[in-house]
Amino acid sequence: MDFNFTEEQDMVRDGLIRMVRENYDWDTRRGVVASEAGWRPEVWAQLAELGILGMPFSEEDGGFGGGAVDSMVVMEEFGKGLVVEPFVPTVVCAGGFLKHAGTAAQKEEHIGGIVDGSRVFAFAYAEPRGRYDFANLETTAKKSGGDYVLNGHKAVVIGAPWASHLIVTARTSGERTDKQGISVFVVEKSADGVVTRDYPTIDGRHASEVYFENVTVPAEALIGEEGNALPLIERVTDEAIAALCAEACGAMKVANAMTVEYSRQRKQFGVAIGKFQVLQHRMVDMYTEYEQSVSLTYLATLRLDADERTRKLAVSAAKVRLGQAAHHIGQEAIQIHGGMGMTDELAIGAYFKRLTIFDSEFGNVDHHMKRHIALS
Amino acid sequence: MNLEFTPEEVAFREEVRSFIEASYPKHLGDTGMREDLSREDFVAWHKVLGEKGWSTPAWPEAYGGTGWTPTQRYIWSEENARVNALMPLPFGVSMVGPVIYTFGNEEQKAQHLPGIRSGETWWCQGYSEPGAGSDLASLKTTAVRDGDHYVINGQKTWTTLAQHADWGFFLCRTDPDAAKPQEGISFILLDMNTPGVEVRPIKLIDGGYEVNETWLTDVRVPVENLVGEENKGWTYAKFLLAHERSGIAGVARSKRGVEKLREIAGSEILDGEPLMSDLDFARKVSQLEIDLAALEITELRTLAGEQAGKGPGPESSILKIKGTEIQQRLTELTLEAVGSYGTPLYGNIANVPGDAGSNQYPIGPDYAQHAASTYFNMRKTSIYGGSNEIQRNIITKMILGL
Repeated sequence: MDFNFTEEQDMVRDGLIRMVRENYDWDTRRGVVASEAGWRPEVWAQLAELGILGMPFSEEDGGFGGGAVDSMVVMEEFGKGLVVEPFVPTVVCAGGFLKHAGTAAQKEEHIGGIVDGSRVFAFAYAEPRGRYDFANLETTAKKSGGDYVLNGHKAVVIGAPWASHLIVTARTSGERTDKQGISVFVVEKSADGVVTRDYPTIDGRHASEVYFENVTVPAEALIGEEGNALPLIERVTDEAIAALCAEACGAMKVANAMTVEYSRQRKQFGVAIGKFQVLQHRMVDMYTEYEQSVSLTYLATLRLDADERTRKLAVSAAKVRLGQAAHHIGQEAIQIHGGMGMTDELAIGAYFKRLTIFDSEFGNVDHHMKRHIALS
Repeated sequence: MNLEFTPEEVAFREEVRSFIEASYPKHLGDTGMREDLSREDFVAWHKVLGEKGWSTPAWPEAYGGTGWTPTQRYIWSEENARVNALMPLPFGVSMVGPVIYTFGNEEQKAQHLPGIRSGETWWCQGYSEPGAGSDLASLKTTAVRDGDHYVINGQKTWTTLAQHADWGFFLCRTDPDAAKPQEGISFILLDMNTPGVEVRPIKLIDGGYEVNETWLTDVRVPVENLVGEENKGWTYAKFLLAHERSGIAGVARSKRGVEKLREIAGSEILDGEPLMSDLDFARKVSQLEIDLAALEITELRTLAGEQAGKGPGPESSILKIKGTEIQQRLTELTLEAVGSYGTPLYGNIANVPGDAGSNQYPIGPDYAQHAASTYFNMRKTSIYGGSNEIQRNIITKMILGL
C-alpha cells in the first residue's frame, strides 16, 4: 500500500501548475469561455509539448507509459484552474477505447495524432431519451456491404465543436435497451451526413447535438467486437469518471480555499465573518467533504484495473460521494460568499457551476447509488 | 500509488488470523461493542496479547511495541474485527501509556508500562468535571503541594469503567493563579485505592453502568506521581487526545457491523421480500458503505503520513468526526432493521434467547437484543473524546487557520 506519487508524477504536476498559472488566470479564462471558439488550440499544443496528451499511452503506441494515476494528477490540476480543453474526451475516452480494444492499425492511425495534439476527439454516447443508460440506444449502425450506415441523434457531446473525430456508440442489433448488440465506431466529424449544432455549456465548455444522417463508415471504423461493446464502454467510462472525480477534487479544493479566504476578508458586525463559529463549522464540513472525496478518488483510480465488480463498486462509490460533496461545497461556497457569490464577476460562481454539472456526467448520484446497490 | 498488499503483508495476515483463531478466548463469543461485561471478560484477550507481546502494537519497540508498520496495524485491526474481538481498553494502551513513555521519568515507565502491556493494571481517565466538559481547561479539581505529597480535592465525572480501575490519570489544577487556565494544570497518576477516592456509578440511557462520578476528598498522592513538569499537564492532555482520536475511527469494526446489518436485513421481511431488497433501505446501507470506504482510505492516508514521520495531526479530527457519525448511523440502521423487536427492554427480561435451560418461548430474534441499547449507547461517541463540535473547532484553527 502506497499513497506517494512518483518523482515523474510530481514533475508533471509542477509543469501543469505552471502552465495553468500562466494560461488560466480568472480574467483570461472568462475571455476564452466567452469567445466563439471557447477553447485555445495553442494551449492544447502546449499540453502536447509537455507530453500530457501522450502520458497514458504505452511507449510502443507512441506514448509515455503512464497510467490512471497520471491522468488523476493532470485532471486535479485542470480542476483547480477550470481548464476547458478536452483531455477526458480525447485522451481518456478515445484513448481508452483505442488502448483496450483498438487494432494495431487503429492505434497506428489515431494515437499518434492524439499524442501530438493534431487529433481531437469527442465521445458521442448520450441520447435524448437514454439518460445514463449506455444500452438505451436509438442510434443504429446497419451493415451495408463492407460498410456501416449510422443514423441517430447524440445529445450534449462535450467538446464536439473542437473535435476532428467522434467516438460513437450505436446499436448494430437487438432491441433498444438490450445489453447485447451495441458497437463502438470512430467517425470523422467531417464525414458526409454528420450534422452538428454547437452551443456553449453553462460550466464554460462547448458541446454539440450531433445528428447522423445515413453516415457511411468503413468496417475498419468499428472498435472492438461488433455487438459486444457494453463492457468496453463501461470500462472506459469508469476511467473517465475517475478522471472527472480528480477534476472535481481540484475544483473543490480551490472553492474551499476561496471561501475561507473570503471569510477572512469580509467584515460584518465589525469582525471578519470567518470568526463566526456557525460559518467556521460549515467550512470545516466543506473541508471534510473534500478530504473524503480525495480518498474515494484514489480508491476509484486505483481500482480501475481490478475485476469488474470491484472496479464498478469503487467507481460508483466515488461518483455518489463526490456528486454529493460537489453540490454541498458549491452551494455552501456561494452562501458564505453572500451576494458577491451570486455575481458573474467572482470566480467562485464558475467553480460552483462546474461542480454542479459534474454530477450529471456519466451518471448522477442516484444512478450510481443504484449501480452500487445492484452490485452489493 | 497502489492499494495492494505485499506478499509479506499477506503472510502477516495469515499469521495473525491463525493466531486469533487459536487464541481468542472462545467464551467471549461475539461481544462486539457491549460494555456490560465482567472485569475478567474485558481483560481476557488483553492478557493473551500481553503474553504474546502484541498488546501495544503502536508503541515504540523500546517500550514493548511490535514494530509493525501502519499497514500491519491496519491488518491487525481488520483481523480482530472479523471475530468482533473485545480489544484491550484504550485507557492504558492508547491514552496514559503513550503519555508515560513520552513525558514520564524512568521510574514511572518501569512502574507502569509493564502492567499496561500485560493487562494486569486497569486504568481510568479523570478529565471531565461537572462544570468542565468541552471547556476542559476550566477544571476545578485542585492538587495542593504538602511536603512530599499533593492533596487532591474535587469531583471528576464520566470516568469510564472506573469501578474496575486500579489506577487513574487525573488533570488537576496546581496553579490557580496562572495567567491562562491551561497553564495551571498538572497530569497526575493516582492509585484508585488511596483513601478519599470514591467512585459512584452513573446509570446511562441504555441501561448500562459504564461511567462514574469520581469524588476526591483530601486524597494524598506522592509527588513522584506527577508526570512531566508541574503545570504542563495541558500539553500532555492534548497529546493524549490526538492519540485517542487516531484510533477512534473504528473502520474495521464498522465494516464488520455493516456485514451484520446486511445479514439482519436479509432475514427481516418487508412486503414478503427481504428488507435488504427494499430500495429505500438498500440506499441507506450503500450510503453508509460508501462513506465508510471514504473513511477507510482517509485513515490509510493518515497512517501512511504517520509512517512518513508525520505524527497524528489535526487531520485525525476528521477521523473522529466521520468515524463516530458512521458508528452512530450503523447502529441506527441496525435498530431500524430489527423493527418492532427493538422495543422490549431485554436487560430486564428473564429467559431471553440464549439462556441455557430456559423453557420459555424466546422473545424476538437473537440479533434484536442489543440493537436498541447499542444505538442509545453509541450516541456517546460524538460527545466523548472531545465532542465533534470541539473537533470542528480544532480543524478551524489548525487547518483552516481561522
